[in-house]
Amino acid sequence: MIMTNVEAVPGKRIVEHYGLVAGSTVRAKHVGRDIMANLKNLVGGELKGYTSLLNDAREQAMSRMLEQAQALGANAVVNVRFSTSSVAQGASELYVYGTAVLVEDDD
Amino acid sequence: MEVFIFMAQFLLPIMLIALALIAGKAIETRHFKTIQARETATEHIPIINARTWDTSQTVAHAELAQGSVVVSIDYFKRFMGGLYNLVGGRVRSFESVLDRGRREAILRMKASCPDADAFVNLRMERSILASTTTRGQYLGGIEVLAYSTAVWYQREDTDEVCTAEIG
Repeated sequence: MIMTNVEAVPGKRIVEHYGLVAGSTVRAKHVGRDIMANLKNLVGGELKGYTSLLNDAREQAMSRMLEQAQALGANAVVNVRFSTSSVAQGASELYVYGTAVLVEDDD
Repeated sequence: MEVFIFMAQFLLPIMLIALALIAGKAIETRHFKTIQARETATEHIPIINARTWDTSQTVAHAELAQGSVVVSIDYFKRFMGGLYNLVGGRVRSFESVLDRGRREAILRMKASCPDADAFVNLRMERSILASTTTRGQYLGGIEVLAYSTAVWYQREDTDEVCTAEIG
């Protein structure tokens, strides 16, 4: 499955559009990571625990989107966009959406 | 006892601010150094934030590349930010944190596809991780995400794929 965030897949030709596909996940941070993050918040720097937490969550959202695209018979998702929002009380929603398409080699 | 209360009320916050100032500065300086070194090392790969770009070469392969980082604002910077809130104006202490986050995210995006020829249509996302505690709103960190389409041009040996771990 190919993903791009432009309207097409460079070097390939779109032969069919299947419409919007999206995936989302809401994740809450957990106490163990919070304690480390609070300590790190004193001196600044990267909060690695949160970085990996959000990355895992985004991966999950992406795989849900790809599942949807696969079910439609697509082999690529174009115009992928990410959006993150904090829902409430330390929970974040990660949303990813794009257009499922069928592409062919550009010959 | 009074001495102890005085210590807890005044000396401890001052000590924390001093610690945050020294350690935070050291962490920031070190981070900027690595950012600069890695930026120079990957300078030759262009990042384009338009959807189309001029190239005479044919694209062999395209893939989504992304990089993200959660940065935090140290206690001293937050203290300074609070002071700036009284008088308004430019909050320099926060600017450097966001600058570090954005540049780090772009570098990680580049590092996720180290052999790509160009990164097209760069988009940046930023979200604030905050939580509400009994003592009020507190800032958990700022997440910066950079994503783009990595492209590989047609070459004799075209079997490159984006293999590196994301993040």
